Amino acid sequence: MEAVNVKNLVKIYGKDKTAVDDISFSVNQGEIFGLIGPDGAGKTSIFRVLTTLLLPDGGSATVDGFDVVKDYKQIRSRVGYMPGKFSLYQDLSVEENLNFFATIFNTTIAENYHLIKDIYVQLEPFKNRRAGQLSGGMKQKLALCCALIHKPVVLFLDEPTTGVDPVSRKEFWEILQQLKEQNITIVVSTPYMDEANRCDRIAMIQSGQLLSVDTPANIIKSYPEQLYAIKANNMHALLKILHEYNQVKSSYAFGEFAHISFKEPKFNPDQAVTYLETKGLQDIELIKTEVTIEDCFIKLL
Amino acid sequence: MRTIRFLLQKEFRQIFRNRSILAMVIVMPIMQLLILPLAANYEVKNINIAVIDNDHSSYSQKLITKITSSGYFKLTGYCFSFKQAYRLIETDTADLILEIPHDFERNLIRENEQKLFVAVNAINGTKANLGSVYLLNIIQDFNAEIRLQFIQPVRFNPQPVIDITSSNWYNPMLDYHVFMVPGILAVLVTMVGGFLTALNIVKEKEVGTIEQINVTPIKKYHFILGKLIPFWILGNVVFTLGLLVAWLVYGIVPVGSLFLLYGFIAVYLLAVSGFGLLISTFCESQQQAMFVMFFFIMIFILMGGLFTSIDSMPEWAKTVTKFNLVSYLIEIMRMIILKGSSFKNIVPQLGVIAVFALVFNGWAIFNYKKTS
Repeated sequence: MEAVNVKNLVKIYGKDKTAVDDISFSVNQGEIFGLIGPDGAGKTSIFRVLTTLLLPDGGSATVDGFDVVKDYKQIRSRVGYMPGKFSLYQDLSVEENLNFFATIFNTTIAENYHLIKDIYVQLEPFKNRRAGQLSGGMKQKLALCCALIHKPVVLFLDEPTTGVDPVSRKEFWEILQQLKEQNITIVVSTPYMDEANRCDRIAMIQSGQLLSVDTPANIIKSYPEQLYAIKANNMHALLKILHEYNQVKSSYAFGEFAHISFKEPKFNPDQAVTYLETKGLQDIELIKTEVTIEDCFIKLL
Repeated sequence: MRTIRFLLQKEFRQIFRNRSILAMVIVMPIMQLLILPLAANYEVKNINIAVIDNDHSSYSQKLITKITSSGYFKLTGYCFSFKQAYRLIETDTADLILEIPHDFERNLIRENEQKLFVAVNAINGTKANLGSVYLLNIIQDFNAEIRLQFIQPVRFNPQPVIDITSSNWYNPMLDYHVFMVPGILAVLVTMVGGFLTALNIVKEKEVGTIEQINVTPIKKYHFILGKLIPFWILGNVVFTLGLLVAWLVYGIVPVGSLFLLYGFIAVYLLAVSGFGLLISTFCESQQQAMFVMFFFIMIFILMGGLFTSIDSMPEWAKTVTKFNLVSYLIEIMRMIILKGSSFKNIVPQLGVIAVFALVFNGWAIFNYKKTS
């Protein structure tokens, strides 16, 4: 059985603001499923429908086999949800927050301690501190603990790593891997393309529409052209010239390089270097590069 | 039951960690009950009076002395023309002008008749009204005195006179504190019960914690009760503090049963907290909730019979006050504390408040949606 099944989901705010436009996907049990897309793509709306906080305007969705509209009661005791904004009680301590959420779900910390143990040991030194006084990374860990304390079947994490430092982000993903081994299905959203590789499968979303659903490896593999990274002394001029160069299929800035692909698969890139030199650019560096999820995303747009 | 217990535990923890709420609950009733009854006083003293004495006789002197020695009036001008006196009114140094005509004494003795002129600055309606009434009383009194001097009292009054003696029941000295204090206490209980509950739920919305609560299997009425009970208790604390202040500072001891008083307050707090909850379900931010509450509380207070009597309002306003929670409480507080009314007397009001409590809380639970 699929942990989450979304069929032709539509959500319209107001009269004509379509946040989710006919999206369908399914999440297998025990996998980490990523919703990748920029801000405003509709990720949070999908999450809120799946966690029964928002009624869909069309289509249907099930979580753990229960319909999000009809069986919302069953879903509420089966899922864990961590909203994008920190939403625990800032004036309660770490321990009190955890205790409170455990009680609301009719369980105790002791009962499911094994699930949160690895995370909670890091929080333990601060267990008497108010949640509002924790650092960003610690807050995320506490929120995760609270979302996990009732042993949910599916865990929904809405942008859990936004605003968290790189080290904490890395730790956070390692924790998710461990949870996956406990057979918890995790649906996670992120605007960071580099985190996509850590998911088993990803859905790429843009303006409420689904661009592609597959494993990160497959998505990268399906990129049709050879990709090059190029650099020159004047990046601004380089990008402009590449844009007008008729051999180039696509070109865009990518970090300190520009990524380009050519129309002809047999095209010799040295020709491009010569061409650019005639246009007055110097220190040109052109190398083959690996395709990343971000390249795939840009291509799909 | 266990859920509610934990919700309450959490709520009280938060309240006790929030210093401003504690200060509100403890300091506000004490401060307001100490200050407001002293300031909100209907008794008009220090009415500034300007006198134009065109007579300069011993009688006119006598009249002026009588007026100033009454304690209500302060002579701020002794003028020679109406124009001069009128300027005093314009510059706000006088509220009243009394003009004593020429030959005041002579005409009074010879013709047994004289006219006085009184002009009143009516910008401050209450002051003007009461001032002129006081003044007329004093002049009448003066009139009676000189009558006694001239006319030998005959066995029977030549003119039949009805002399009126009144006595003020339940508040014999017409002490304003006695009926202001219960009224102000009523307003305080309303503020604490209504505002705190309204702001509390909206705060959870604003901070986003309600999102986290909504995905839990917690029941709607559990959540609402978890919010209602703490502020119901705080309301009772405020009320108790207020009663203590009324007793210690103003010596007001409820004539009626304390038990009955708390019984009514218990139901009333449910109604007013329910009202706060209802508003909070409509509002998205504390700012919104604050303004909506202010709107209603202002109407509740101004139309609650604390400052102006409901009986003297026009019909439509009386209808509006039927939906004013505060007016019922002010009425009942005065009834039980001053008059010693029994359970039988307050049944109608108690019934109305109970219906309000049911409607507001039911509506709040209905309107609180975990799914949007």
